[in-house]
Amino acid sequence: MSFLDSLISGISLGSVYAIIALGYTMVYGIAKMLNFAHGDVIMVGAYICFFAVTRFNLPPLVGILVAVLLCTVLGITIEKLAYAPLRSAPSLAVLITAIGVSYFLQNAALLLWSPNPKVFPNFFILHGADGAEQTGLELGSLRISYVTLVTIVVCVVIMLVLTFFINNGKLGKAMRAVSEDKDAARLMGINVNTTISVTFAIGSGLAAIAGVLYMSAYPTLVPTTGSMPGIKAFTAAVFGGIGSIPGAFLGGLLLGVIEIFAKAYISTQLSDAVVFAVLIVVLLVKPSGLLGKVVREKV
Amino acid sequence: MAELLKVDDINVYYGAIHAIKGVSFHVDEGEIVTLIGANGAGKSTTLQTVSGLLRSKTGSITFDGQSIGGVPAHRLVERGLAQVPEGRRVFLQMTVEENLEMGAYTQPKANTPGSLERVYVQFPRLKERRRQIAGTLSGGEQQMLAMGRALMSKPKLLMLDEPSMGLAPILVEQIFQIIRDLHKAGTTILLVEQNAQMALSVANRAYVLETGKITLSGTGEELIHSDEVRKAYLGG
Repeated sequence: MSFLDSLISGISLGSVYAIIALGYTMVYGIAKMLNFAHGDVIMVGAYICFFAVTRFNLPPLVGILVAVLLCTVLGITIEKLAYAPLRSAPSLAVLITAIGVSYFLQNAALLLWSPNPKVFPNFFILHGADGAEQTGLELGSLRISYVTLVTIVVCVVIMLVLTFFINNGKLGKAMRAVSEDKDAARLMGINVNTTISVTFAIGSGLAAIAGVLYMSAYPTLVPTTGSMPGIKAFTAAVFGGIGSIPGAFLGGLLLGVIEIFAKAYISTQLSDAVVFAVLIVVLLVKPSGLLGKVVREKV
Repeated sequence: MAELLKVDDINVYYGAIHAIKGVSFHVDEGEIVTLIGANGAGKSTTLQTVSGLLRSKTGSITFDGQSIGGVPAHRLVERGLAQVPEGRRVFLQMTVEENLEMGAYTQPKANTPGSLERVYVQFPRLKERRRQIAGTLSGGEQQMLAMGRALMSKPKLLMLDEPSMGLAPILVEQIFQIIRDLHKAGTTILLVEQNAQMALSVANRAYVLETGKITLSGTGEELIHSDEVRKAYLGG
């Protein structure tokens, strides 16, 4: 693989991490909790899309939509059943509950869909004039698959829409207010529980999209599929500064690029070690992450 | 005058600690009423119970003719109750104008420009700093922002929790002048203060809270001259 090839596939993988990391970072920003079940929502989304398309013969786009919708409902349900009752519990209790939810989802998937891997179909195929299947563009010696292109574009669009929503939307501003100070937000008339539900809904819907994109690039679908991208995306969120939306974007992209470069130039087996080593260095130098906010309070 | 807020025999607990023990008081329309008392007497707890952040185990709270005991805090704003919390609690990472917009969260969007204009007339300093992040404001400016933010919901009752806390004397003077102005403009105010001197000087009526109970009440004038209050809160 040439340098440019690696860079592009790094950005593409990083885009998936970024979309997942957005879910981690938004939920952390607002509910001040690490939702370790987030990665498994990716897996559920991928399964839903898989069955919608292969068993119910729905068009891929509809399949993705169904996955997004059901994951949104799943996210809200998880929050209401597992996390909302613990709103004033110690954060360790919430963390352990999140790990419990993660295992629950994985085992439910194991029971429902068996441990046998499913091969995720590639939706991103065009048929040329001669009827031949094309999976990507050829630009000289450079080959970019449609999956890669779509992933990058989708990530950028999500990032732009989300940033606009958080900065300008009424609900988006309310989310920022809740993330800073829940009681002060209540005194403004903001329903904090609803705001937290919306955050989980957005995060889980994005996880479904990320799931489909990830499976399109790495098509082996098993019940534990979500753990690794989930942990990497969590790392990306911390890397960029947890709680920061641009941080999740930057952290995700960098993590993807570093991972692919480590694979290409250092060692395939050591790539994950390199990724986490970079994280450790960044956190030593800047504990709040790359774009983490440290606001000095004047009294 | 009509009774706007009536608090009757509330009891509030923090776990096993009985923080508020059978407190009753009322605020009439157009009044400034103050609750004074030492640190830990239960002043803030009382306010937070009225605004719905804390719950009373007994008694009743009536606001504007309706019982509001058990109504969650976020539903009380639209009914005309606004609280400026202790320590200002402005949203430090949001701009001044965004903070004010949050104050108008329950209002129709069309009202926001008019409300902003009113607040900017009252607090010209906030207008100068409207695009600034609230975390960069001075303490006095943050207090103004917290008050302006509460006024954005056009409250019938404005509850102020320790507005002078941590401010330089000249700023305390300024904040109390604003309280007088707001009162003159027709706002009913419930003021919680440790600075008894200032609070009594602006209040129509006052209640003294001691370890969760009301021990004295009267007009501001009466209490300022009461021996007990002088000894305990006004430095002799």
